[in-house]
Amino acid sequence: MKILETAITNKLGKTTKQAKPVNMLEMIMNLIFTVCGLIAVVFVLLITAFLIVSGVPAIKEIGIIDFLTGDIWASTAETPLYGILPFIMTSVYGTLGAILIGVPIGLLCAVFLAEIAHKKIAGIVRSAVDLLAGIPSAVYGLIGMIIIVPAVREIFDLPDGANLFSAIIVLAIMILPSVISVSETAIKAVPKEYKEASLALGATKTETVFKVIVPAAKSGILTAVVLGIGRAIGEAMAVMMVAGNVANMPGLFKSVRFLTTAVASEMSYSSGLQREALFSIALVLFVFIMIINLVLNLIVKRNKR
Amino acid sequence: MNEKISLKRKANCFILNFLIYLAAGFVCLLLTGSIGYIIYRGVPYVTWDFLSTKPSLISETTGIFPNILNTLYIILMTLIVVLPLGVGSAVYLTEYAKNKKVVKIIELAAETLAGIPSIIYGLVGMLIFVQFCSLGTSLTAGALTLVIMTLPTIVRTTQESLKTVPQSYREGSLALGSGKWHMIRTVVLPSSIDGIVTGCILAIGRIVGESAALLFTAGMANEIIGISEFFKAGKAGSTLTVSLYMYAKERGEFEIAFAIASILLVLTFLINFLAKFAAKKLRKGKE
Repeated sequence: MKILETAITNKLGKTTKQAKPVNMLEMIMNLIFTVCGLIAVVFVLLITAFLIVSGVPAIKEIGIIDFLTGDIWASTAETPLYGILPFIMTSVYGTLGAILIGVPIGLLCAVFLAEIAHKKIAGIVRSAVDLLAGIPSAVYGLIGMIIIVPAVREIFDLPDGANLFSAIIVLAIMILPSVISVSETAIKAVPKEYKEASLALGATKTETVFKVIVPAAKSGILTAVVLGIGRAIGEAMAVMMVAGNVANMPGLFKSVRFLTTAVASEMSYSSGLQREALFSIALVLFVFIMIINLVLNLIVKRNKR
Repeated sequence: MNEKISLKRKANCFILNFLIYLAAGFVCLLLTGSIGYIIYRGVPYVTWDFLSTKPSLISETTGIFPNILNTLYIILMTLIVVLPLGVGSAVYLTEYAKNKKVVKIIELAAETLAGIPSIIYGLVGMLIFVQFCSLGTSLTAGALTLVIMTLPTIVRTTQESLKTVPQSYREGSLALGSGKWHMIRTVVLPSSIDGIVTGCILAIGRIVGESAALLFTAGMANEIIGISEFFKAGKAGSTLTVSLYMYAKERGEFEIAFAIASILLVLTFLINFLAKFAAKKLRKGKE
């Protein structure tokens, strides 16, 4: 109310001012705000345009089929080969693996937060999850490099622990926070009556959670999964530090390169067609992300209905 | 009651319950374990010398002062550009836009921006700002890249806050004869300051943690850049997170990396706390 009062006094103080310049000002401000409003659209168009313009030439030169399905990437060889199938498959497997490990843990943790935990404990765990979400990806990469990579090397008796498996573990940890918070929201949104009815029919609390509440929150949990996929497929720095960075076809204990790390690792010294091919990889990654965004939007839209 | 439940059901419930506790315990352990480890490895290296010198072979110092400065510069510059844009965009969406389709398209664009991974921002930032606008690899190019990246955050938080401003405030202001801009400036924006501040803090959090988008736009230099130099010409420089990556991955100097990581953790903690505190405090002030 105080704000309103000051607004009134401000206004009353200025009523003597003429009307016409104000209209001019209104028009200018209207224009400025409209421009600001459209800026997000402009940015999206700019990003798309720049990626297409710089990514398409190399695809044309290499041939789209050779580029997407070639399984050898040898950009610095005498007769360079630009096949990005290893990167695509690594990104797909890595993301799948992260989802397979991260989603069950995240979902169980969300159930704990929403249904089981005492309010105070839930609050503490929730702030822990928030903190996990805020930790920079380079820090995750550092922990992965120092703890997970040597551990994987020792446990599986490998010459080098920097491989797809280590990357999957790091990615699974990184998607946990978003999976937990989105699924928790979904679980909490399930009507109370469902739970009460189930309990009244004699189901135990645990049965109610897994047979009634989780199925009812299915679409929200699906949102969490797709969000996790988006995060996992786009992660670059942490993966770069633990995946070994060799352009192999994916194997659980092979050093691999993801779509994201393929772009980042050669960018600083590349030139010519090699550099253009890197932009093409980015374009492919962008297409993947756009598809995931689209799916996410469709799910969210369906949920609202 | 319990006797009526079959043993199988009981066992199932027990296992599932156990798994739930296991998962929750795992997440907590993960957090405390990794934070503890980073602090344990990093904090002994955080000394005044470490914070206040630059890396130099001659004087044998390995400080991170330049990186701290660069981080501050980039935060400042990004916020200066993104705040008017983001707040303006949110104001347009809630106060000006009449066409629902336009609002939908803009919101879709903001969501798309939020979903793009930072490595793509880095690449596009390099194409647009470093090459096309010929800014060179510089803090300016890095900050402008981050502007695109943080825009959705500012727009979303401001928009949510604007929506909570009671319609009667607006009507009251308009009824007293104020123009639309005057109403926004004196009534709407001051009452949604909580959202704007929260958005800023969240944006700072993203900037501090960002590395992939800055690697190819802001560069990797470790020189001290004075304020005047910074505003005069675009100079390259790495933020704390980028330098953490460089120390760990390219040079294998893990002690420095852990020291930076512990500083980053403290910052993250602080930013999380501030964001919650600001949202709560300012919302109270509004009521």
